[in-house]
Amino acid sequence: MNVAIIRFPGTNCEFDTDYAFNLLGCKNSIVWHKKVSLPKNTDLVVIPGGFSYGDYLRSGAIARFSPIMQAVKEFAAKGGYVLGICNGFQILLESHLLPGAMKRNENLHFISKYQHLKVINCNNRFLSKLKKGDILNIPIAHAEGNYYIDDDGLKSLYDNEQVLLQYCDKDGNYENPNGSVNAIAGICNREKNVFGLMPHPERACEKILGSEDGIKMIEGFVN
Amino acid sequence: MKAIVDIYLKQGVLDPQGKAVHHALHSLGFNEVTDVRVGKQIVLQLDESDEEKATQRVKEMCETLLANTVIEDYKIEIVK
Repeated sequence: MNVAIIRFPGTNCEFDTDYAFNLLGCKNSIVWHKKVSLPKNTDLVVIPGGFSYGDYLRSGAIARFSPIMQAVKEFAAKGGYVLGICNGFQILLESHLLPGAMKRNENLHFISKYQHLKVINCNNRFLSKLKKGDILNIPIAHAEGNYYIDDDGLKSLYDNEQVLLQYCDKDGNYENPNGSVNAIAGICNREKNVFGLMPHPERACEKILGSEDGIKMIEGFVN
Repeated sequence: MKAIVDIYLKQGVLDPQGKAVHHALHSLGFNEVTDVRVGKQIVLQLDESDEEKATQRVKEMCETLLANTVIEDYKIEIVK
């Protein structure tokens, strides 16, 4: 499986992402954002976390116009799988590959901690190794993870099983660290080949890191 | 020619910064404040003398990059 990990100026999770996909036997290449095409035989594009372009103006707003994003858009339009983690999720929203927008966390703090998540839908390849209702423990680290979508958009997300992950406490009860609409932590597009999530599964891929729940999530994408 | 662009979160979209400032003002005794919205202002110097053309171009800039129209409204003011 060939994974293309996109690197923008300010990206800082490309090596963690590379490490995690390596554990699963993937052949990864880190792709500079100035490139106009993806490596041949790319099976999955990952837009990793970080602070592309320093998050100036809005997180992801400038990265959206990097040359490689045109290739990513074309790849997604042909049904290629695209995963955006944290800043990657913000870039996918700004690129309109996913619906909605990101606002600053409700408490205005940068939040960095382990956070429980509930699997809301697994009717997609991304979470195919998980079951509906599963609780995962995966770190979050963001200042702008307050997901917003209007009421009609939200209804359509639920109708099409596009809400994949919600924040919760360890028992699965409602908990909302950043003010996201319905405590949403991750969504996919209507076609279910583009996924974005604020938590960092690549930071929870070995016991020594405190949790292996992230690798369970990534496995679904690899198989 | 100069264009001043004001960008605010849309009415109805909760503004976390505005809320924090509102709360702080109340804590300081400014109880007459009933609402606060925090936005940003972007000032553009333009090499363009036609006001209508300038407005149209800045509108394009707002729609393309400067504002996220999913959550934000913008207002353009042209200053000569």
